[in-house]
Amino acid sequence: MKKRISNLPFTGTPEQEAKLKAVIAENKGQKSMLLSVMQEAQGIYGYLPLEVQTMVAEGMDVPVEEVYGIATFYAQFALTPKGKYKISVCLGTACYVKGSQSLLDKITEIIGIGPDECTADGKYSLEACRCIGACGLAPVLTVNEDVYGRLTNKDVAGILKKYID
Amino acid sequence: MSEMINVKINGMDVSVPDGSTILEAARALGIEIPTLCHMKNSNEIAACRICVVEVKRARSLVASCVYPVTEGMEIETNTLRVQNARKKTLELILSTHNRKCLSCVRSGSCELQTLCHDLGVENEGVYDGAKPVYEIDYSAPHMVRDNNKCILCRRCVAACSAQHVGVIGVNDRGFDTHIGSAFDKQLNEVACISCGQCIVNCPTGALYEKDDTDKVFAALGDPTKTIIVQTAPAVRAALGESFGLPIGTNVTGKMVAALRRLGFDKVFDTDFSADLTIMEEGTEFIDRVKNGGKLPLITSCSPGWIKFCEMYHPDMLENISTCKSPQQMFGAIIKTWYAEKNGLSPKDIVSVSVMPCTAKKFEIGREDQSAAGEGIPDLDITITTRELARMIERAGINFNMLPDEQYDNPLGEASGAAVIFGATGGVMEAALRTVVEVLEGKEMGNVDYEVVRGTAPFKAATLNVAGMDVKVAVVSGMEAAHELLKKVESGEEQYHFIEIMGCPGGCVNGGGQPIQPASVRSFTDIKGLRASALYSDDKANKIRKSHDNPMIKELYKEFFGEPGSHLAHNILHTTYKDRSKDYIK
Repeated sequence: MKKRISNLPFTGTPEQEAKLKAVIAENKGQKSMLLSVMQEAQGIYGYLPLEVQTMVAEGMDVPVEEVYGIATFYAQFALTPKGKYKISVCLGTACYVKGSQSLLDKITEIIGIGPDECTADGKYSLEACRCIGACGLAPVLTVNEDVYGRLTNKDVAGILKKYID
Repeated sequence: MSEMINVKINGMDVSVPDGSTILEAARALGIEIPTLCHMKNSNEIAACRICVVEVKRARSLVASCVYPVTEGMEIETNTLRVQNARKKTLELILSTHNRKCLSCVRSGSCELQTLCHDLGVENEGVYDGAKPVYEIDYSAPHMVRDNNKCILCRRCVAACSAQHVGVIGVNDRGFDTHIGSAFDKQLNEVACISCGQCIVNCPTGALYEKDDTDKVFAALGDPTKTIIVQTAPAVRAALGESFGLPIGTNVTGKMVAALRRLGFDKVFDTDFSADLTIMEEGTEFIDRVKNGGKLPLITSCSPGWIKFCEMYHPDMLENISTCKSPQQMFGAIIKTWYAEKNGLSPKDIVSVSVMPCTAKKFEIGREDQSAAGEGIPDLDITITTRELARMIERAGINFNMLPDEQYDNPLGEASGAAVIFGATGGVMEAALRTVVEVLEGKEMGNVDYEVVRGTAPFKAATLNVAGMDVKVAVVSGMEAAHELLKKVESGEEQYHFIEIMGCPGGCVNGGGQPIQPASVRSFTDIKGLRASALYSDDKANKIRKSHDNPMIKELYKEFFGEPGSHLAHNILHTTYKDRSKDYIK
């Protein structure tokens, strides 16, 4: 699936930048370490916006396009920020046949963002994930570390209410 | 000598050096295995699977472009199994290809089309299904990117990366895989230098120059305008290829005849302003050496290189000669000196250039390129060698039947030094012919500076001129330029004078030149053959040095006074700007 690019403004802090610079310094001159630097960058910022990819590219002396190509190839890299509450809806086979697509659509309806997006206030992000190994509870969604199973569309609003602050 | 390996291909024995691929071994027997993604040395990725062959005892078909031969190997390159596999691959490529072949700019020179014809593809839509649709990118001044015709061979990516630019690459994965820039930005938002090397490496119509031929035809049809054309040195060495002539054929006479038949009022030679460049740049060099100016001086003829320097090495901008490129100098004198001399208003002149170069389309819109003032551009339209070939075809001119004709005067006269501007090392050699004589204060017997000739990406020499060791370097292609500039910036290496051309091999291998398929690009020295046409032209010229060109002498006597004069500065020189922060790179 083509990755969605966030248009939310970049809000990186000087502390985050210092951390990334340290990671780059450790790996300077070793182009083979690019992937690992990108993983660390995502660990620091939560995602890889243009500003972060540019820092990585300059630091590792590669074109930004090379970084972007990698970021869009591997599923683990995100181009959109994660919200305070990360909502993941499992679209694995078992959950899907039990109607998880409809759960996903319902969440989109309520919080106003689609998969791979983050709300402008940074509160919620939504993603469709692959099997999380809880097929017995299908259909399943998670919010951060909390797991909710055997759901119907009617349950969605109630779950979201728990994550307001 | 490396060890020889004996193999059998289609029942025939052949010995090839160890390390050869099956593709190379087959070529030794005169068997051409079809390829699509393969470019020798730059793109050996075996992605397209067109070149598959049968190898005895191998489990499956192998990609001959990368598969090395081993002793006793038995290979079949053309069995029905092989043919069917290739055909199926083509049919699958076609399933997502925009098959508007009739109106495609590459119809007739498309490698995909040729393969489909040669391999007998009968139903191009047999695997039709979902089709990705991409917006066509018209944003760049010089070219168009149409991913709907892209077959993902990655040859453009390899070419861009070999230029140390790398603004295009492979984005996303699986069915969504496509060639694009970072964050799928348009080409005018990224640090593309407009060199066009991606275009000449593209097998299909996915990448092509912005076609300005309609603008030229419109100008030619306007009786109120005087239409003047100039042709760059490298064009004459390659235009013939578009009409089936061998690579390296010099077609100056026929090209001039064709331009006249197209209706241009005056057909002039950019070589004239190449001579003018030498006068100005040579003077600038001598001045910098004598008066402690910024060194090394770097040549400024190649707009791809200039853009590269502005984007990637802004610290070196002061080292670049302030001379406009020969194209722009020519445009500038047409709209000033020539217009005045002939009682023309610069506004009534349409100045056209034919260039081997796509970056020229960017250059004509640069700041500070208006010698006549009032926002009148030095040059109005620039077309590539390919576009000229297209115009000649469209006008129904039988190129190969044309007589050889001469350029018009006064701006058609040039020295041998000027014509070699089209090859890497040519500008340096032309400059040395003049600078050495000026510094030595006497005429030199030898004008051939063999040390700076040849298609190697990097050449350097130390010449003793008037008791001083002058260190010169010549690079072509931006990777070589980047490597050299890093050393110059760090002080690791020191030079007095550096020639840099944007494309590998110089303008003869420019991004606007006729397109040769990968099978030719991989195994023929195109750069060398085209360059040799220019060096022969130089050798045959009675005038070998720019300062001996009688028209140049007259131009200075009548108009500029002397090289580097105030007037010359106003008209023939320009400025550069730091663009390093303006683009994503």
